[in-house]
Amino acid sequence: MTEADPAAPPESGLALRGITKRFGSLVANDRIDLDIRPGEIHCLLGENGAGKSTLMNVLYGLLTPDEGGIFVDGAPVLVRNPKEAIAAGIGMVHQHFMLVEVFTVAENLVLGREGSAGFLSMRKARRTVRELSERYRFDVDPDAVVEELPVGVQQRVEILKALANDAKFLIFDEPTAVLTPQEIDELMVVMRSLRDEGKAVVFITHKLREVREIADRITVIRRGAVVGTADPTEPEGRLAELMVGRAVSLVVDKQPTERSATPRLSLQGVSVANAGGQVVVEDLDLDVHGGEIVCVAGVQGNGQSELADALLGTLPVTTGTVTLDGARISGRSPKEIIDAGLGFVPEDRQHDGFVGSFTVAENLVLNHFDETPFARGIRLDLARIRGNADERVGEFDIRTQGIDTPVSALSGGNQQKVVLARELSRPLAALVASQPTRGVDVGAIEFLHKRLVAERDRGTAVLIVSTELDEVAALADRIAVMYRGRIVGVVPPDTSREALGLMMAGVPTEEALAAAAAAHRGAADDGVPAGEDLT
Amino acid sequence: MTALDPAPRTDAVVPTTTETVESPEKRRQRLSTGVLIAVVGVLLLVSLGSTTGVARFALSDAFDEVQLGTVPLPGLPTVAVCAVLCLLAAAAFLSGRVHGRLAALAATVAGLAVVIGFLTWAAAGRDLPFPVSNQFAGTLSLATPLVFGALCGVMCERAGVVNVSIEGQFLAAAFAAAVVGSVTQSVTWAILAAVVAGVAMAALLAVFSINYLVNQVVLGVVLNLLAVGVTGFLFDQLVQPAASTYNNAPVLDSIPIPGLSSIPFFGRVLFDQNILAYIAIVAVVVVSVVLYRTTFGLRVRSVGEHPQAADTVGISVRGVRWSAVLFGGVLAGLGGSFFTLASTGQFTKEFTVGNGFIALAALIMGRWRPVLATVMCLFFGFVTQMASQLQTLSTPMPSQLLLVLPYIATIIAVAGLVGRVRPPAADGVPYEK
Amino acid sequence: MSTATTPPAGPGAGEEATPPTGPAPATGAPRTAAGPARRFPWTDVVTTVAAFVLAFLVGAVLMIVSDSDVRSKFAYFFARPSDALAASADKVGGAYGALLAGSLGGVGPITETTAQAAPLICAGLGVALAFRAGLFNIGGQGQAILGALLAAYVGFTLHLPPGLHLLVAIVAGLVGGALWGGLVGWLKAVAGAHEVIVTIMLNYVAAGLLAYLLTTTAFQRPGRTDPISPIVDWNATFPRLAGTQLHLGFVVALLAAVVVWWLLERSTTGFAIRAVGANPHAAATAGMSVARTTIITMALAGALAGLAGVQAALGPSASGLPVPLSAGIVGSIGFDAITVALLGRSTPLGTVLAGLLFGALHAGGLAMQSVAQTPLTLTTALQALIVLFVAAPALVTKLVPFVRTRKAHTSGPVPQGGLAS
Repeated sequence: MTEADPAAPPESGLALRGITKRFGSLVANDRIDLDIRPGEIHCLLGENGAGKSTLMNVLYGLLTPDEGGIFVDGAPVLVRNPKEAIAAGIGMVHQHFMLVEVFTVAENLVLGREGSAGFLSMRKARRTVRELSERYRFDVDPDAVVEELPVGVQQRVEILKALANDAKFLIFDEPTAVLTPQEIDELMVVMRSLRDEGKAVVFITHKLREVREIADRITVIRRGAVVGTADPTEPEGRLAELMVGRAVSLVVDKQPTERSATPRLSLQGVSVANAGGQVVVEDLDLDVHGGEIVCVAGVQGNGQSELADALLGTLPVTTGTVTLDGARISGRSPKEIIDAGLGFVPEDRQHDGFVGSFTVAENLVLNHFDETPFARGIRLDLARIRGNADERVGEFDIRTQGIDTPVSALSGGNQQKVVLARELSRPLAALVASQPTRGVDVGAIEFLHKRLVAERDRGTAVLIVSTELDEVAALADRIAVMYRGRIVGVVPPDTSREALGLMMAGVPTEEALAAAAAAHRGAADDGVPAGEDLT
Repeated sequence: MTALDPAPRTDAVVPTTTETVESPEKRRQRLSTGVLIAVVGVLLLVSLGSTTGVARFALSDAFDEVQLGTVPLPGLPTVAVCAVLCLLAAAAFLSGRVHGRLAALAATVAGLAVVIGFLTWAAAGRDLPFPVSNQFAGTLSLATPLVFGALCGVMCERAGVVNVSIEGQFLAAAFAAAVVGSVTQSVTWAILAAVVAGVAMAALLAVFSINYLVNQVVLGVVLNLLAVGVTGFLFDQLVQPAASTYNNAPVLDSIPIPGLSSIPFFGRVLFDQNILAYIAIVAVVVVSVVLYRTTFGLRVRSVGEHPQAADTVGISVRGVRWSAVLFGGVLAGLGGSFFTLASTGQFTKEFTVGNGFIALAALIMGRWRPVLATVMCLFFGFVTQMASQLQTLSTPMPSQLLLVLPYIATIIAVAGLVGRVRPPAADGVPYEK
Repeated sequence: MSTATTPPAGPGAGEEATPPTGPAPATGAPRTAAGPARRFPWTDVVTTVAAFVLAFLVGAVLMIVSDSDVRSKFAYFFARPSDALAASADKVGGAYGALLAGSLGGVGPITETTAQAAPLICAGLGVALAFRAGLFNIGGQGQAILGALLAAYVGFTLHLPPGLHLLVAIVAGLVGGALWGGLVGWLKAVAGAHEVIVTIMLNYVAAGLLAYLLTTTAFQRPGRTDPISPIVDWNATFPRLAGTQLHLGFVVALLAAVVVWWLLERSTTGFAIRAVGANPHAAATAGMSVARTTIITMALAGALAGLAGVQAALGPSASGLPVPLSAGIVGSIGFDAITVALLGRSTPLGTVLAGLLFGALHAGGLAMQSVAQTPLTLTTALQALIVLFVAAPALVTKLVPFVRTRKAHTSGPVPQGGLAS
């Protein structure tokens, strides 16, 4: 579990020695040593918040380390800004793409390397895009405007940018988070071909399956420190234990429950247009009964977000009806819908879920602060608001210094607990939760999953929108796969990952199931939901 | 920083079909436009009651070499026709049946009908004809500082720095032009001094917004106040007691372009302006070329849209923003000098009277694009000139109310006709590294 | 939230910083459920004092540069520097001495300070309240004009019994401001018009309206040709403490501050205002109506600025009678108010204190003008400079190294972002 000789950086490749980065009292990176060799794919495995991204930002010159150094081919290099990183041969494919969305692909490529001419010459940039695109079979149009491209293609533009700078060391920061299973496969092909060309590829992730599939070497980071290196052949359970620091179980203890006879949340012929007027959900029917969890699976951007917003009423339902316990809620205001008994966990909690500068206590009453018992007339009852907060903090095990701490100071997992605690603290007919565990550590995931199942057991209709197939498999009683605003099919939770992947790409249910079965890969290994061999 | 980051919210959403519905945003904009036109149409109908006689429009004034005579329009019928046209256009908008070009046509018809109807009502039965060529010449002259201001705003905001202090830059520049112009008795030095003052104000904007991350809207307001205070104090203390020394700058001569300026009607309108007006036209071209055709422009737009992206490819976000803001300062300085040098050569306190803010509005309505913003400046120049022309006609409208027309036009334009527009994504967002 | 490039502002702000099982990170002072704790903000005081000193230094330079006498002595500075220095010291010392004496030197000046502070506090509260909802209310000027207009109209047209007359006049002013402000909120909520542009334009419209009305028979004083109104009835004038300038208006201003505090910290309306201001998306997701909150906030902010106009119209001047309505009735109150709110960091208490400080500056400025012949406009420049320095504590630290200030950040709870709606 040690690097060869920490003192001496190797003669070829990229090496980090003793990198330490502190934010105030927090040590985000603690004396990290890392070797990245040409011609290998090196996985950096760690939980959300383990310090992977901080480390890579140090490597790319976006953060300055407090201690430690970076070596290229045995010689120390100064990387104080991205320019120096690029000069040292380091290229980065950012998790949130560093692309100017209103620019074309060629403009994005030329940005920062325009040359000294003064006037823009796009011809050369276009040629570079075409050449690189041909070489790696990327199929990217240099004149396409980035924001109009699918996410997978945007990512290729990001890769092209690094390649255009002749990067020798390519860092991929959580590159699979936004991709379909098929796109992930294609990305892996690209990463392998880069490796075979002799480039050093760093793959940052927390997904064990992907690590085992592609890594040549694995370094595990926990709480800012390297806790070990591992071989890709090691079982997932062992890797998970290294990553989290204890044995984890992502299998949710879920007993069969009585489904309500009639659906509590029902969508009939629902169409939704996004803010720009494009119809992104079309003629969608879906029933969610009390006591069941229906998961909407699909690749980001296929209308799930808009569907969730429309259920809450923040986007209008253009045609069709939504009923909650038989009463129509489509066309009503969010306030009325919330009062009718819809709980809502938004996809992007920072943006929509809470007010960061508000205290835990205030956020816990954010959507019913003006109702009894928390208000009398327009007077807030602070004592009751605080009392409620004390209760919820205990019940949901929210780790906070106090109920008067602003929520922005909490960790992601605890922030999400605040959101969920608020929604579950009142009687619900239905709960709509989008990406309920995105960016949350494993401990919190376990807890949040338990609470979601408990809510289902209470007889609430639970609709979960998730792009994580592991999560879908762990929670769902039924899975509805969404593609381009329509539901491709509703399938049972034991449907194979391949079949789900195909459906998420728009292949009709029957065909997808047949194709997946034909591939004969299901039973033994990959078809089993991830959690189950994570013991 | 993976954990708490929001998911990319700008994922390219795959639309199910090519089908689109009218978004609430557009619907609201369409309806408010329709209601607005309808209200104006009804007002015109009401004004029929006070329309008498013939409205005369003079195409040339007494000094023109070629006299084009006056066009008489019968008051009552003209206003009535314009009112009906407005109501028809309003109906078209409210029904929601017209789209694309038809909608643009309806809007144009309504716009023309409003202007002609209003002018006819105002000029009907007056002793003097309404001077049309003055109207257009005055429009250009009033629009000149606005164009400079709006272009200044384009440069700043495309780089992600909101500039609410165009007004203050104008004021400082106008003051500098007056004092330096008076002392040197040179227009050139006056303009140069104005540019220096504009750049100095821009540097304050840059240092506080870019280096000290002060909220940019607030900063702009405070800088305006600073300009008012400092120019006001210096005016009271220094300039006023010795006005002949310090407040007696030379005035710009108009430069007729040989040949072109003698074209009837258009010659006087377009080709007989002062040097700053010609520079303004050049500036529009320069700013457009710089923004869209140069590497600097690409960098400016990138730091205004996605500064991190620019940073990660090795561009100095602060450096580019500073350059853009200072460049804007040059333009604002030129615009400020116009107030002093194109009128009396004298400075009075706060005499830019909100032109900087109107330039800001023009910039927003021009969607942060140099040419469109210029068109909006012409619109404001037109309204302002119309108001001041009507004052001399002793129209039924009190002059105090005519003077606020440009401001009301701005509100209507911002609220009714423009709706929400998409600014540079990082406009107003300080970049912390 | 930026992505890769921003180091977390505090623990947990960027990366999920805390280990899953660790204790929550320290976050500074404990806070109450309803808002930031009132631990005494020493750093703010220090910054403010330093900002004042720096601003006054710049003001001194301005005075020296612009005074022809002093400049003439600088012409032979190298021959006899003492002349130039003495003249400078005289000039600056005289002006600032008069300023100090005119604001704090005795009961008269101190109560003049309260009289000047009253409208500043009211209008400052209007700006601060809007800030808390994420709105830039640059329209205090127009709202104050409307307030003054209606209050004065009631004051000189109706003839009601004592007490009642004043009350009705105040209410009229509040309504006027609320309408002018509410219009902005409505235009923003319904048509998406940015409040900065609309408020600025409405300032000019209000000024034009005032100028026009002062030529009509309803407003113009009979027998006068210049735009000036009749004098407000005695019954509608704020009563003052005999022999001083302390009048009821100051008490009303303090009361307004208390009401705003209660509204923001203890009422559901304030909860919504703060939520919408801090994160409109989350507020909308929690069922609050951003549009409604915007309209309510702007109407309330307008009412407060209108109250500042009421102070201008009904507050007794040195002669004991209110100043009659004229074009300059509210001065530059709307813009002063912004500096007051900024200096007061958008809290009611801070606004009161900032209002008193700038009230003193105004009162002293008047004395400075009459005693030391230094134009009043200097106070406008000083005000802007003070706020600039306060807004950039990092700059103050740089210029005055021994002053330790809080870490660089934008001033107070001011909404972020640009002019996009």
